[in-house]
Amino acid sequence: MNRPGIRPVGRLVGRRLLAAVPVLAAVTFGVFAVAAASPFDPVQQYAGSAGLTASQETLDQLRRNLHVDGPFWERWWDWLTSALTGDLGDSTALRQPVAQVIGERLGWSVLLCAAGFALAVLAGTVLGVAAARRKGGLLDRAVTSLSYTLEAAPPFWIGLLGIWLFAVQFHLLPAGGLTDSGTDTVTAGGLLRHLALPALVLGISQLPWFLLYVRQGVGDALEEDAVRGARARGLAERTVLLGHALRSGLLPVLTLIGSRIPELITGALLVETVFSWPGIASATVEAATATDFPLLAALTTLATVAVLAGNLLADLLYGLADPRVALEEM
Amino acid sequence: MTARTVRTATATATAAVVLLSAAACSAPGDGDGPGGGTDTLTVGVAQEPETLSPLLGYGKEGNSKIFDGLLAHDAKMHLKPALATGLPKVSEDGRTYTFDLRKGVTFSDGKPFTAKDVVYTYETILDKKTNNASKGELDALDSVRAEGEHRVVFHLKYPYAPFAERTVLPIASQAVASKTDVNTGSYNTRPVGTGPYILTGWRKGEKLTFKANPHYWGGKPKIKRFTVAVIEDDDVRATRLRSGDLDGAILPPNLAKAYKNDSGKRTFSAKTADYRAVTLPTDNPVTGDKAVRRALDLAVDREAIVKSVLNGAGKPAYGPLPTDSRWFAKGTERPHDLARAKKILDDAGWKPGKDGIRHKDGRRASFTLWYFSGDKLRQDHALAYASDAKKAGIDIKVQAGSREVIRPKLKHDAMLMGNGFPADPDFDLYPTLHSSQIGDGWNNLAYYHDKTVDEQLDTARRSRDEKVRKAAYDKAQRALEKNPGYTFLTHIDHVYVIDDKWQGLTTQVEPHDHGIGAGPWWNVQDWQPKK
Repeated sequence: MNRPGIRPVGRLVGRRLLAAVPVLAAVTFGVFAVAAASPFDPVQQYAGSAGLTASQETLDQLRRNLHVDGPFWERWWDWLTSALTGDLGDSTALRQPVAQVIGERLGWSVLLCAAGFALAVLAGTVLGVAAARRKGGLLDRAVTSLSYTLEAAPPFWIGLLGIWLFAVQFHLLPAGGLTDSGTDTVTAGGLLRHLALPALVLGISQLPWFLLYVRQGVGDALEEDAVRGARARGLAERTVLLGHALRSGLLPVLTLIGSRIPELITGALLVETVFSWPGIASATVEAATATDFPLLAALTTLATVAVLAGNLLADLLYGLADPRVALEEM
Repeated sequence: MTARTVRTATATATAAVVLLSAAACSAPGDGDGPGGGTDTLTVGVAQEPETLSPLLGYGKEGNSKIFDGLLAHDAKMHLKPALATGLPKVSEDGRTYTFDLRKGVTFSDGKPFTAKDVVYTYETILDKKTNNASKGELDALDSVRAEGEHRVVFHLKYPYAPFAERTVLPIASQAVASKTDVNTGSYNTRPVGTGPYILTGWRKGEKLTFKANPHYWGGKPKIKRFTVAVIEDDDVRATRLRSGDLDGAILPPNLAKAYKNDSGKRTFSAKTADYRAVTLPTDNPVTGDKAVRRALDLAVDREAIVKSVLNGAGKPAYGPLPTDSRWFAKGTERPHDLARAKKILDDAGWKPGKDGIRHKDGRRASFTLWYFSGDKLRQDHALAYASDAKKAGIDIKVQAGSREVIRPKLKHDAMLMGNGFPADPDFDLYPTLHSSQIGDGWNNLAYYHDKTVDEQLDTARRSRDEKVRKAAYDKAQRALEKNPGYTFLTHIDHVYVIDDKWQGLTTQVEPHDHGIGAGPWWNVQDWQPKK
């Protein structure tokens, strides 16, 4: 098999990195502009309920102290220049340095997203292949209609349903948090039990897309000449299905992996909130409603990087899986 | 090697690394699991503190767990000494407060507590560079100084009778806090205090965990581990209480009802100073008219609002002070009287038009009432109020908006507001009703101006004679009854459900903001297991 060498891969990564610079600059600028145009006042959001009894003098002093009195492009430029030197600034909403907020939370979000995503891809592939094998069969009709229903169901609703079912009715899994409420220690076993439900919900909310894509891809591939040829040669059904049909049917799914990343982040946002998961997504909600400029900009940058990296990964995988595609042309 | 094997190998490796690194992040702790015992307590609350530093406002109303104030409130909200050895000595002119401090108290890092810590705490809060939004509460404070290691003297700008109530404010450790950035430093998340509990972990958005302070000057608490889970959604919180994950939780009255006949659980309905009221701006020709104000005050059916909006968990309000407060002016309760409301409007020349809405001199009896979007409780209050007003011939348009949208409109429009500080009447009445507070931030939103009220509030905050204060607040409340520039609607009970495993549980009269310091666990350090 003719696989692309390491140099085209390196060149593709390099090109994408260069392209990422203006994208990131534009996105952060946009975040500062949108946050400044939003009706939320950072001072009121900072002060919280105390702001509703504070005197005007206190509020004015806060505005000066928080450096939110200048035009937004000045704030953006200040943020950008200090971010380039490695100083991400301080989060006003959480009263701690931004780097610390991200450091404490990123790992947990990555874990949740990775588990949910892996579940969606694996279960989607297995069920998709099974459905495509007998199109119109009982299994196919069941999983397809379930997929359409799940596509319409918001993740927080699935989350509440999951809590009700697994935590309240069956007492199988904990209803939220990273550890049992009474303890601080994160053990591997305890973590798995606490991760199971949120990851399952996140996985299920992403599952339909993969399932339907695989079903379509494999279904189409089963009609192709190559598959018919393989069958004519008398190859075992298993080899035909997994070696030939799945192989070419998976190609569109690789693209899907990249394009699902933004949806995954949005889904994680809701799931983390429902399950009190101490990840980065719940910080995003807080940063956005509090117009916490430094935290918001850092998190947006992070999300943008995740999306760009997802696209790059999808393209690389595509190049690896399909020798007809030249990485130089991407 | 095929591309597929590469992919599988990469995926497996990634998963392994992620899982391993997650396991390595384990937080420190004693390692014991969630016990059904009586020496651990896990409660669910709706709101997380933004900070745990007293310098930025944490625990300013007491019961901070991690810290102590110079004074503290008991179950009946009377002041008692905490880090001070007794109530303060106050000078004849009411402007100098002297506290003697407890000796031998240490912070949880082992360093001794001295007068320097008190001076540092108050001076830092008042510092312009400190981003503490509630520093206005210490407006009366001019200076604070240490006299030796165990005495502090506060000097006030003007005689201010309720000052001692402010000194429940938690005292921070100078040695630790002064080495960090007060606004964003580590003292916000890893505080060091003298209190009955020591923070062992805070995963933001999930929970705060505490362990008993073995060296606490008030004796080691019986509850050894105390966990506060942060669960914003009412339904999820109720579910986790039901599943046994939580021992107690704050719940809306309709969800708490399910536990009424549960023999293993107790329900507490905490009385509060937490009121809801409608501002009636003076500068709006409709709401500024005394006849309209009095008519609205009589037309609103407070009992019905308590029953339908609050599910019975609350009581009618006729002013900022709850009717069961010792400061409440008896006899200022107003019955629901629609006929009299109509008569007042008729007599004042507000005549009903074709659509049933009244008119006077070509002006329609109509105004806009705002509430904060997303606040279901205020929305329900606003809608009930508007529907009652309509029966008297006054048209109220109810609208939702954010703080930023609403604030500039309040000179002309009404707002459904909420507030309530139980410690002293001055904390509610002065900012809400005194004319000097008009338009200052979010204070006196009705732009209320009444000469008698102003005079009596000034008298009451200056005099330290309880009889003089009581008489002045009586007069102020009666003047407010005659010119009700706000329609006070309800005082809201806060409802808590908790496992019936401990004895002697009580609730204090709670403020509008009720975080970790409220609920039956306000004094968790004193709880005793049931025998």
